[in-house]
Amino acid sequence: MSQINKDSTLNITFVGVGLCLLCSAIISFIAIQLRSVQENNVVLDMQKKIVSSAGLEEFYGSVENAMSNIKTIIIDLDKGEIVDISPDSYELAKELREDGKYKFLSAEEDIASIKKREKYSKIYIEYKDNKINTLILPVRGYGLWGILYGYLAIEGDFNTVAGLEFYEHKETPGLGAEIDNPKWKALWKGKKIYQENGNVSLKVIKGSVQKTSSNYNYEIDGLSGATLTCNGVSNLIAYWMGNDGFLNFINNLQKIDV
Amino acid sequence: MSKYSEILFRPVFKENPIALQMLGICSALAVTSKLYPTLIMCVALTVTVSLSNFFISMIRNITPSNIRIIVQMTIISSLVILVDQALKAYDYETSKTLSVFVGLIITNCIVMGRAEAFAMQNPPGVSFLDGFGNGLGYSVILIILGIIRELFGSGTILEYEIFPLVQNGGWYVPNNFFLLPPVSFILIGLIIWALRAWQKDQIEEPEFKMSQNSPELVPNPPPTTSSKVAS
Repeated sequence: MSQINKDSTLNITFVGVGLCLLCSAIISFIAIQLRSVQENNVVLDMQKKIVSSAGLEEFYGSVENAMSNIKTIIIDLDKGEIVDISPDSYELAKELREDGKYKFLSAEEDIASIKKREKYSKIYIEYKDNKINTLILPVRGYGLWGILYGYLAIEGDFNTVAGLEFYEHKETPGLGAEIDNPKWKALWKGKKIYQENGNVSLKVIKGSVQKTSSNYNYEIDGLSGATLTCNGVSNLIAYWMGNDGFLNFINNLQKIDV
Repeated sequence: MSKYSEILFRPVFKENPIALQMLGICSALAVTSKLYPTLIMCVALTVTVSLSNFFISMIRNITPSNIRIIVQMTIISSLVILVDQALKAYDYETSKTLSVFVGLIITNCIVMGRAEAFAMQNPPGVSFLDGFGNGLGYSVILIILGIIRELFGSGTILEYEIFPLVQNGGWYVPNNFFLLPPVSFILIGLIIWALRAWQKDQIEEPEFKMSQNSPELVPNPPPTTSSKVAS
């Protein structure tokens, strides 16, 4: 070993090229080996959020079981109709980049401060005894530090909330991030979205909801120290449950059978 | 035998990479707000620094000195990418929490420092031990930080509730300050203080010393002196 001149140009080239080739070969090999496991993780993670937003994990025992009873469909938000597009290749971020697949929102329309709204949305329907049991809708809106992304699950009457789960947000830990607190999320179950006249009334209020309040069914306890996040949550419910959001589709659902 | 255990355990308390050499502080601030991701980070760093020391030491005799830093970086970054990929495949939740900080092990001064200071001069076996020891030294400090920060910041340890929280009907109001990175600075400072009170030889010579007051510089010299000058 000591005979070779390790500082010769030949050796520098040899060691440099050899090491790079060896390292890149090993990394590529491992990356390809692990890719399917990693992609599976991402999908599973999303499915877990979808299933837990509707609180279905307990009923079905596992995420896989629940997913087998859940149908994924793409809908046209403006027409409120199901469109024949494969849900597998659908990606929200991609939709919001492609011209013609999103629309800009004016200041009055944009209650949830999301600036752009996609034309097509990917939603999930859980069937029980061939009837729609839960509707799981993707919702998003600006909180305090960034956009909250989540799923709102609605029961078969299209008015009662089954649950709400955020899968991505940038809220302050301990304050706004308490939107992930299971105790707070549990408050949503059983609340109503639409009043008799069809207006969206569900919102997060300041302080705690009084049992005697006439709006008891439409109000959620506020999180202390997180007023702006809570307003953001109220806004996104108002936006996505309204005319610009899923209302058209929900109205159509009540007329036809899916 | 004692030589090997010396190499392994010396970096834990006597020459701790964080507390004495002040290396790797960046990730110590960033990932320690919860204990579980902290543990994963410790494992990730220990694996990287042990293996990088091992491989760098293995080829130390053919490594041209002109490009030795590049050679070291190539090996270190390859290992970090492997660790990152493995984490994404087998512990996706934690890899989301740690996000960029696993990748940043590449720039962790402990890894590079040990490669340059130890692995380039020593055979692979002991280099591996040295790397592992330094990983342990890093881990000890991070775990202490992780426990303190999660306990006071969230009232839990490994997500298991120790102090019942006010939000859940208990008495403990979580101290959000402990969830912020700067608190690690204070805690590391306290750990260094404690460590140096115990291991006195770690105390450094002060770079500056206050000099004694010299009589000429004392304002209003005592009257006895001035009367002598006058006479």
